[in-house]
Amino acid sequence: MRAKIQARLYRTAVYAGTAFSVGVLLLIVGYILIKGIPHLSPELFAWKYNSSNVSMMPAIINTLLMTLLSLLVCVPLGIGAAIWLTEYAPRGSKLVKLVRMTAETLSGIPSIIYGLFGSLFFVVALKMGLSLLSGALTLSIMVLPTIMRTTEEALLAVPDSYREGSFGLGAGRLRTTFKVVLPSAVPGILSGVILAIGRIVGETAALIYTAGTVAKVPGSLLDSTRTLAVHMYTISTEGLYIGQSYATAVVLLGMVLLINSLSAFIAKKVGHSTAGKQEEKHP
Amino acid sequence: MNKFKVQAMKEGSAKAAFTFTALVSILAVALICIFLLANGIPGMAKIGVWDFLSGEKWKPGQEIFGILPFILGSIYVTAGALVAGVPAGLLTALYLSRFASRKAAKLLRPAVQLLAGIPSVVYGFFGLVVLVPLVREGFGGTGSSLLTASVLLGMMILPTIITVAESALNAVPASYYEGALALGATHERSVFHVIFPAAKSGVMAGIILGIGRAIGEATAVMMVAGNRTSMPKGLLKGVRTLTSNIVIEMGYATDLHREALIATAVVLFVFILLINVLTGILKRRSD
Repeated sequence: MRAKIQARLYRTAVYAGTAFSVGVLLLIVGYILIKGIPHLSPELFAWKYNSSNVSMMPAIINTLLMTLLSLLVCVPLGIGAAIWLTEYAPRGSKLVKLVRMTAETLSGIPSIIYGLFGSLFFVVALKMGLSLLSGALTLSIMVLPTIMRTTEEALLAVPDSYREGSFGLGAGRLRTTFKVVLPSAVPGILSGVILAIGRIVGETAALIYTAGTVAKVPGSLLDSTRTLAVHMYTISTEGLYIGQSYATAVVLLGMVLLINSLSAFIAKKVGHSTAGKQEEKHP
Repeated sequence: MNKFKVQAMKEGSAKAAFTFTALVSILAVALICIFLLANGIPGMAKIGVWDFLSGEKWKPGQEIFGILPFILGSIYVTAGALVAGVPAGLLTALYLSRFASRKAAKLLRPAVQLLAGIPSVVYGFFGLVVLVPLVREGFGGTGSSLLTASVLLGMMILPTIITVAESALNAVPASYYEGALALGATHERSVFHVIFPAAKSGVMAGIILGIGRAIGEATAVMMVAGNRTSMPKGLLKGVRTLTSNIVIEMGYATDLHREALIATAVVLFVFILLINVLTGILKRRSD
């Protein structure tokens, strides 16, 4: 009897906790969508921003530019580092440990510290000013560990027999890496890139003091720009544009949903491709 | 012969390039440390390290820089977030790992991912328009308070705790569960008294990651915490955290004030490093 009561108690607690988590999600997403969608108006998507239309269009374009530019820097670096770790580095070397440790440290650093560092280093010391470039470089350091980790995992999942086969056919390490290992790891790498995109799109604290808050599409890499998240931060803390903030939140949520479904889609593909491989092994 | 030479050169330069990319993360950490310390330590020295860390007043106009209120603010808000987020997070992880049907887990996992993907500014805005009025009407005061910030942060660290705790729970060998059942324990009792304790280090690692996220969060906290610079006075009073202090004042700070803000970041950085070390230890133990 006591065991039964205890079991029921535990089960209720588990259900209640889960209901709380689900409730939080539904509350946030539901509230923002219900309050926000009616505020979506065509003038919010006007090409030029001014204080009467509070258009988010420049910010959306800036977000795309910022994302592209950051990825341009961090994807090659992250993939290169992961290739070094899995394909080139001597096993158990001190340098490997140091690289891993620093990458882990980077992934734990809060975004405001990145923002501060970016403003001290890129904006002031390297004289890039508040700009698209300073922001993108700051963000690329911030998401570098994400790309490194996911790529490394993807590369480690490639069976050694692929490499051995390639070496056996006379290919060098470089060729093996690019023609054999990397192609089979593409879906895994992509999912890392998508994770990184999600972080870039949602970032505010690292950008306010590196890219600034100018609501215009930048004319050059050295112009200040605000991304959509920074745009939302600025207009919602000013307190004058509650309706527009709701609408911006809807667009941001939409982007996150899109990014998440993309990564789910790719994850599914990864699952399929490995399942396919296993079938090949045991026909 | 020549062909081989070209080949060898290609291989060599590729190796050098990959090695260089691997060194970037070391370089980045080194630069971050150097720039924070070089810009923060002199200011801290001018103010006096002890005065800076234990000073109860922050009045940049009078050149009084004490960050004890913000250190306490960060600690209180983080503790509050743990109280609000850890129980639900762990229970959800238990559900996902041991109670949910395949179908339910398939629905719930993307939901948790979505929760993790929501930008902090959206959380902050949600806090501003929902939680702040709720606290104001329910408990009085302005609504922007330690309580509001804790609840909001508790929501934000849910996905971190759920994901890490779930994978720790999933890693417990099936024999533990089977053994408990064989001894006559119910499913619930086996899960709570055998599997959960077995996953302890992994679960702790999740909680510590959550602490890291809570203590480092700036935007969302700042939008709902009230940001008073005085010592934290109660659950319903405004608090300012280390992170929000930097975000709020960095825009216009100059000279010693600016250095004091960078020194604030140094203190935050030390907190984060301690948390990293702790996570590292726990991870090694759970492996």
